[in-house]
Amino acid sequence: MADVRFLLTGDTSVTVEFGNEISTEINAKIRAFNIALQQSKIPGIVETVPTYRSLAVHYDPEVILYGALVKKLKGLLGQLDNIQIPPSDVLEIPVLYGGEEGPDIQFVAEHNGKTVQEVIDIHTSTEYLIYMLGFTPGFTYLGGMSEEIATPRLKTPRVLIPGGSVGIAGAQTGVYPIDSPGGWQLIGRTPVRMYDPDRATPILPEAGQYIKFYAIDKAEYDRIAALEAGEGYVCKRHPRKEAAE
Amino acid sequence: MSITIVNPGMMTTVQDQGRVGYQQFGVSVSGVMCPRSAILANILVGNEDGEAVLECTMMGPHIQFDTANCIAITGGDLGPTLDGQPVANYAAIAVKAGQILRFTMPKVGCRAFVAFAGGLDIEPVMGSRSTYMKAKIGGFEGRKLQKGDVIKFRAPKADLPKLDLRHMAPEFRPRAEYTVRVVMGPQDDYFTDAGIETFLGSVYTVTPEFDRMGCRLSGDVIAHKDGGDIISDGISFGAIQVPSSGNPIIMLGDRQTTGGYTKIAGVITADFRILAQLKAGDKVRFQKVSIAQAQDALLAQKGALKCLRTALDPKI
Repeated sequence: MADVRFLLTGDTSVTVEFGNEISTEINAKIRAFNIALQQSKIPGIVETVPTYRSLAVHYDPEVILYGALVKKLKGLLGQLDNIQIPPSDVLEIPVLYGGEEGPDIQFVAEHNGKTVQEVIDIHTSTEYLIYMLGFTPGFTYLGGMSEEIATPRLKTPRVLIPGGSVGIAGAQTGVYPIDSPGGWQLIGRTPVRMYDPDRATPILPEAGQYIKFYAIDKAEYDRIAALEAGEGYVCKRHPRKEAAE
Repeated sequence: MSITIVNPGMMTTVQDQGRVGYQQFGVSVSGVMCPRSAILANILVGNEDGEAVLECTMMGPHIQFDTANCIAITGGDLGPTLDGQPVANYAAIAVKAGQILRFTMPKVGCRAFVAFAGGLDIEPVMGSRSTYMKAKIGGFEGRKLQKGDVIKFRAPKADLPKLDLRHMAPEFRPRAEYTVRVVMGPQDDYFTDAGIETFLGSVYTVTPEFDRMGCRLSGDVIAHKDGGDIISDGISFGAIQVPSSGNPIIMLGDRQTTGGYTKIAGVITADFRILAQLKAGDKVRFQKVSIAQAQDALLAQKGALKCLRTALDPKI
């Protein structure tokens, strides 16, 4: 890991940078390092924030100073090959495609010379890597969408997009976790709450996991939405099979 | 057991030391714009460091006390009065039931912090009482205070031991030009040598585009080698973003957790207290220090807080 850089980010955090591109390999290294760091007994770590190509490590200088911390982080990097990293989870997210929940799906289909069903088939065929979260609570930056359904953003953004909306912007796809304005092409909506501040686990997705969407009908949507309004709905998840790539 | 907001002022929010541990999920830290001032106010009234305070901006609120309690006001001098009589900043004050605390006008700086002995009865959200307005969570109903809001106390104290000793000299002095210390990075290598020279050699002016998310400065344009865009990475409190336009923006309490602009440097924690008091038109100069100097300054500040704590309430 000779190419890993330690960058000063103020006096209470350090950015551990693993590369300068968006790639699954770099993201896997960040995830492994983050897991190793959490398992390590390095004192004074306040929180860590994985991004596309780096891990921001926030720390308490009253417990550990910069020089001592970097020394320990470098030591941890050297041992990374010896640390068992479990496979990423795949989070299965149910989506009601089309209709008033996905008003732009027809446009996405026409733009790409496909049928609506083909758009759904393509969108549900991929396990999308969650590179990072940011922008708003629970907003995932996903990678891996097929260019076959890539569609430019709306010319005029909508003022209000309901939380749970699933959209496409260029070659990106994602879920709006909360009601917000936005310009993504909306193709469906999930009844699953990606973010609920009053839940024991407020935010469902984690960086380094994968999301797999699957199509549901209105009855299933209503069933899950009712559960989410009550005791909560638990998404299916399974460890990712690396060999399936 | 409460206060009533008679007039909310320009922008008054409940804030503590921030919502830690959820940045990896895209949740902003929020928290007071001057962590040190809030801790000082809490120490003066015998609260834990992390207790929530009211952060008042420029035109502060009018607050009616329905119950007696001790308070302390730190940070900028926004002209506090109690039933019309001026009261001291940086001192514990015993307020009687029925009295009204009014902030009359900003005299020095622009943000004041009010701590209430025993704390405010605000339900923590994700481990913090800080208001995070963008996500509408925390603090009082996830928003800035409005007229008629009633906030309960948890354990008010009509009097405090050693009340007459609970004071200190105000910390913030207005200057014609402020010097703010920075450590360079994380993207200082994205700038030309001339760009770095401009950043460290120029005087910048605070613009009116200054809120809890960030403070936009105007002045000499800072030259990049090849534009100001990066693949998004993490942002810390005090990070100085320079987008391709070349004008710096200092990221503050409600900053996003990640961002895609180059960050030339970060303001050192010991100087956040200056950032919190800047107003439109103020002049700022940046001075480069080493990480060791920055952390020495931080530890010295923390040490002074501990001395005050030990003198007033050795058991907390």
